[in-house]
Amino acid sequence: MLVSKKGWTAIKTIVFSLSLMPFGLLVNGAIKDQLGANPIEALHFGFGDWALRFLCIGLALTPIKMITGQSWPLRFRRMIGLFAFFYASQHLLVFIVLDLSLSWEAFKDEVPKSPYILMGLLTFLLLVPLAVTSTKKMQKRLGRSWLKLHRLVYLAGLTALVHYFWLVKSDYTEPLIYALVIGVLLGIRVIVYYRMTAKPLNLIP
Amino acid sequence: MIIKTKSNIFSSEITDRAVFESRREFVKAATALSAGLMLPSLGHAATGKYADVPVGPYSAKLQATDREDVAGYTNYYEFSTNKQDSTVLARALKTKPWSVEVVGEVEKPGTYNLENILKDNPVQERIYRFRCVEAWSMVVPWIGFPLGEMLQRFKPTSKARFVEFTTLNNPEIMVGQRTSVLDWPYVEGLRMDEAMHPLAIMATGMYDDELPNQNGAPLRLVVPWKYGFKSIKAVVKIRFIESMPETAWHKSAPGEYGFYANVNPEVSHPRWSQNRERVLGRSIFTPKRDTEIFNGYGEEVAALYSGMDLEKYF
Repeated sequence: MLVSKKGWTAIKTIVFSLSLMPFGLLVNGAIKDQLGANPIEALHFGFGDWALRFLCIGLALTPIKMITGQSWPLRFRRMIGLFAFFYASQHLLVFIVLDLSLSWEAFKDEVPKSPYILMGLLTFLLLVPLAVTSTKKMQKRLGRSWLKLHRLVYLAGLTALVHYFWLVKSDYTEPLIYALVIGVLLGIRVIVYYRMTAKPLNLIP
Repeated sequence: MIIKTKSNIFSSEITDRAVFESRREFVKAATALSAGLMLPSLGHAATGKYADVPVGPYSAKLQATDREDVAGYTNYYEFSTNKQDSTVLARALKTKPWSVEVVGEVEKPGTYNLENILKDNPVQERIYRFRCVEAWSMVVPWIGFPLGEMLQRFKPTSKARFVEFTTLNNPEIMVGQRTSVLDWPYVEGLRMDEAMHPLAIMATGMYDDELPNQNGAPLRLVVPWKYGFKSIKAVVKIRFIESMPETAWHKSAPGEYGFYANVNPEVSHPRWSQNRERVLGRSIFTPKRDTEIFNGYGEEVAALYSGMDLEKYF
């Protein structure tokens, strides 16, 4: 694709604005009291859903590159990854500030009793080093280990799924859809990795 | 286990008695006025079918949750696992005519027309707390009648130790029943002494009017000291039995949802705390409310469970 530098900046601005839209809509809904009977839950689940969606989009970029042979998807990796982190942060912030009302007592009581909340916190903790090292400077400084470190996102995808499965009461439709998407996106990588390591074997006559 | 019965109601939650009574007086006066001035049917349409119903005993002087919140946020898996979607999907349900089949250990079994049931059981208003197992709660002004009084009319035999309720099974209309999120039809049950407790009611209305379909029309159970899933909706069958019935949520996850399902902050759900509850309809900055044992009805019902290990019989 032949797009000028200015063109990319414009496209990135559009993607950035679109990515911010769910946040705007949810906050606007909360301000105008349009989120229904349980607005905290609506905000909390809304941000959680979007964190998971951006995680899926982020995980899809490399496979898209592999399938299309084009490098443009990689231009969005940082932004999409940071949006996943942004929505995960909002998700956590709503839990701490609105749901628990910043009460340490409530945190101490509710968090250890909930395996799914612990799994959610673990997922967030896995994303923190990725967000911190997302800058070009850090990428350069870390060199090869940057790639290794950022493979943590695969684990975060899995723990996010477990977090979702563990909180559901009986209808697993939605987490199953995410499991399917993440399964395919990680599966492609496994297949590619297997093929790459298997190649030398093929060379043996 | 120590059973606490202390009340834990924020003073801000309680509607001042004078205000509450004057409000009711005002409503009644307005109804009388409109009935006098206009066609009676118009007066009814404006104020609700049950506007003139007396306030029954045990009605807490609590500020009711907004009707839209109660009607717009329902767990009705027969239609959808989404609390908003069930509101729309439940519109398809036809609640007239409606009858209830009475079977089992009972002297007067049969199929009872809902109209006749309502003739025999005059309704009253009961303002109750409603606490969901998912840790949210609301206050609902139900219109209903004591469950025990109705059951007595069917003359249960001495063998009847439990009573089992069944929801309508109609996957054509109840589209959620086409999925296997629960084993349909929905079944709930009570021990006979629980069912006979005057707090337990069968509701047919709320907010001075008929029940919206999504809230369990035309006839549902309300057991205010138990988690909401005990309060089964759209009841079509009542069975008197000797042994404890298998109930829908218990069948789905026996380790998570017990037969008793009494509201109890000291017994956590295996996956979340039950110490606090989100009160619906408040500002997003309102902290959760501390959950009370037996949902605040301990004085009335704790004796039903004396000597029982509530950790074990959750």
